[in-house]
Amino acid sequence: MSDETRTEISTPSADEEIRDLETPAELEEARLERQTDEGAQELRPQREVVLTGGPWPELEGEGEGETMIINMGPQHPSTHGVLRVMMELDAETVVRAKPIVGYLHTGMEKTGEELTYVQGATNVTRMDYASPLGNELVFSMAVERLLDVEVPPRAIWIRMLLVELNRMASHLLFQATNGMDLGALSMMIYGWREREVTLRLLEEITGLRMNHNFIRPGGVAADLPDGWEDAVHQTCEQVEAGVEEYDRLLTNNPIWHERTVGVGLITTEQALALGASGPILRSTGFPWDLRKAQPYLAYDEVDFDVIYTENGDCFDRFRIRLHEILESVKIVRQCVEKMPTGDYRVQDRKVTPPPRERIDESMEALIHHFKLFTEGFKVPPGETYVAIESPRGEIGCYLVSDGTGKPCRLHIRGPSFYNLQTMNVMVEGRLVADAVAVISSVDPIMGEVDR
Amino acid sequence: MKYPADPLLTGDIDLTVVLIVIGKTIVTFALLLVAVMLYIWFMRKVIADMQNRIGPATAGPFGVLQSVADGVKLFFKEQSMPTSADRRVFLIAPYLSILPAFLAFSIVPIGGEVSIAGHQTYLQLAELPIGVLWLLAMSGLGLYGVMLAGWSSGSKYPLLGSVRASAQLLSYEAAFGLAVVGVLIQSGTLSTRGIVDGQAWTGNWIDGIRAWYFLPAIVAFVIFLIAAIAETNHPPFDLVEAEQELVGGFHTEYTGIRFAIFFLAEFMNVITMSAIAVTLFLGGPAGPGLGFLATDGTVNVWLMPVFWFMLKLLVLLYCTVWLRATLPRLRYDQLMDLGWKYMIEIAFLWIMVSGLVVIAREEDWNLWIVVPAAAVGAAAVYGVLYASMPKRHELVEEIK
Repeated sequence: MSDETRTEISTPSADEEIRDLETPAELEEARLERQTDEGAQELRPQREVVLTGGPWPELEGEGEGETMIINMGPQHPSTHGVLRVMMELDAETVVRAKPIVGYLHTGMEKTGEELTYVQGATNVTRMDYASPLGNELVFSMAVERLLDVEVPPRAIWIRMLLVELNRMASHLLFQATNGMDLGALSMMIYGWREREVTLRLLEEITGLRMNHNFIRPGGVAADLPDGWEDAVHQTCEQVEAGVEEYDRLLTNNPIWHERTVGVGLITTEQALALGASGPILRSTGFPWDLRKAQPYLAYDEVDFDVIYTENGDCFDRFRIRLHEILESVKIVRQCVEKMPTGDYRVQDRKVTPPPRERIDESMEALIHHFKLFTEGFKVPPGETYVAIESPRGEIGCYLVSDGTGKPCRLHIRGPSFYNLQTMNVMVEGRLVADAVAVISSVDPIMGEVDR
Repeated sequence: MKYPADPLLTGDIDLTVVLIVIGKTIVTFALLLVAVMLYIWFMRKVIADMQNRIGPATAGPFGVLQSVADGVKLFFKEQSMPTSADRRVFLIAPYLSILPAFLAFSIVPIGGEVSIAGHQTYLQLAELPIGVLWLLAMSGLGLYGVMLAGWSSGSKYPLLGSVRASAQLLSYEAAFGLAVVGVLIQSGTLSTRGIVDGQAWTGNWIDGIRAWYFLPAIVAFVIFLIAAIAETNHPPFDLVEAEQELVGGFHTEYTGIRFAIFFLAEFMNVITMSAIAVTLFLGGPAGPGLGFLATDGTVNVWLMPVFWFMLKLLVLLYCTVWLRATLPRLRYDQLMDLGWKYMIEIAFLWIMVSGLVVIAREEDWNLWIVVPAAAVGAAAVYGVLYASMPKRHELVEEIK
């Protein structure tokens, strides 16, 4: 086809398009088409008033129902990282809200398929960066289930100790950011102060403050350091004192009540239908906690309560997390009491590396060490789903193995992602300030949402 | 009542008088600027202490020069403006905000009557017969800077901030004005010097403090404090620039020194409002002199009144810092509720009750009957008003 013919064909059709759109009916249709474009991530205004040239007598009373689309995030002080919420505002009332995720997507699940099972824990630990040990635990438990490995009791109790310490740190972070989002700036510092204490303890035990890579398939990376009991007790005392202080500062504060009671309401049915779990589900009066519902590790051997409330508002979620810190303290104390002796990882050299000093003495140990850290271990074919209770809800690991040293498919069910879906339900019809309170009470960790 | 004119300006006006006035202007200006700097430092130090931090510590002794360092930095920063901004208004807005803050302070009596170069004068920049009205006018004008800044930025968050600002400041302006009336009923004059004279120190502690208007106008005092905090956009009423909701509110698009000017104006307003509260309710410079020194000596005439004024100011400023560190922020509709449904009604009723009491005193009626009757009447009126108000949960039902 020559250039000439092409021009002839395209020109009239373009003209036609422009002519078509000039009629009001066509414009309306085009607008509707855009509006009902469900695939598009962005919100479109339901009604656009385009003002060109003055005066507009026909626009008398047109301001009624006119809305404004406002972008909250991805750079915004209270969207917890890079969450972007598009909100349609009628004055300050949120008519519709749409969370837009993906700004922190780094393809961790896909990366997981390229890493061996030994390396896997370093990958998943970066997902929910506020409770990294939970991620490592769920991944390790999935791998162990496929391997059919029995973890020694000391490893189980160390894991439980660490995960509960991490839950404390995560909920303390929530207390800090929740206070900050509602304008109680001192609360932010107080929350971080106690979180720092728990992180310091975790650093003492695991060597790192975050992204520990300490819970690994087969057990934990190292035994507890000397004098850990005293350090744990000290931390528990400090955290308890801190929680009491938050309680005094906020729980009975009238402004705090005004801002949170009855805000962000959600029912059990809605929460279940949207896949919410953790404190959001428990705040609706549904005492669902995997630690009790399907005990893993040694949770059936420790004494603790599932905290739940009836109202399903932001205040309840604040209270639940506050009291869960105390429950975690309780569990941690029992861990110190009941900590068994023995190995901290399985002694199967095909899964866990030999001790460092054995490498100098034994050829076999050297080979095991080399093999483990170069190509890892092979996992029998099969698939599994393991779920545990992370601070944010049910974190699950779906793992498919094809018999090689790397997972065929790794999927993490991040509770933040599902909890975030409840945000629109809680926000719509409320004010912008409530939207901030709601986002805060969902406590999303964007690394886990986007994975 | 005749208002007490500044003795400096009642006689002939010669060069010395003009120089004294210019000197007073410069001193007031410098005083306010230095006070703002020190207040920012004080605020940061106190909040840091409440939050287990150190706060500014490197610039100067105890970090006292931190505000200067920040100011210098902001002064030399690049300034940007959104392309959609209304250029002229955008540039003017910061100054519209800071000017009334300066002007309002000019009527505050800082000290007593002193003698400078042979002229008797009050230790205050301007003594206006309508001093309190001037204050109300200036605090109303301050709103324009905030409103226009948000409006002219051509951006959505500032726009929300500026709409909030106009609604909030207007509603609290009403309660603020009515609370001031509570003092005017007691003092019978609009002049700030007259009000301070009405609360002058009478020699002993009990009578001296009883003369201050915060006791006879206790309800007005509380309403004044709340309204003043809301007027100055101070936490827990800082909705206009609620960082967690509106990023920066009206000053989101401002950078460099223009941004700094907004902050300066805000803190200046806090100081001015506290100074006004001291003047209206806490006796201004009234306080005991040093008994072992001559009553007409330099210390007792110049220093002690200024000392008492600054001490009361410091106490109030400490309270504002305390609020800033402690309380969560109210929501917009709750703020409006508080303003329109409680404070304005209570202020109105208080005016009626205290007016009645003042008349009863003058006419020598039996106060034991008048005061309870007035209180019961006011409570009944408020009860009726409250019962007839739409409740928030009803409104919410309606919206749904």
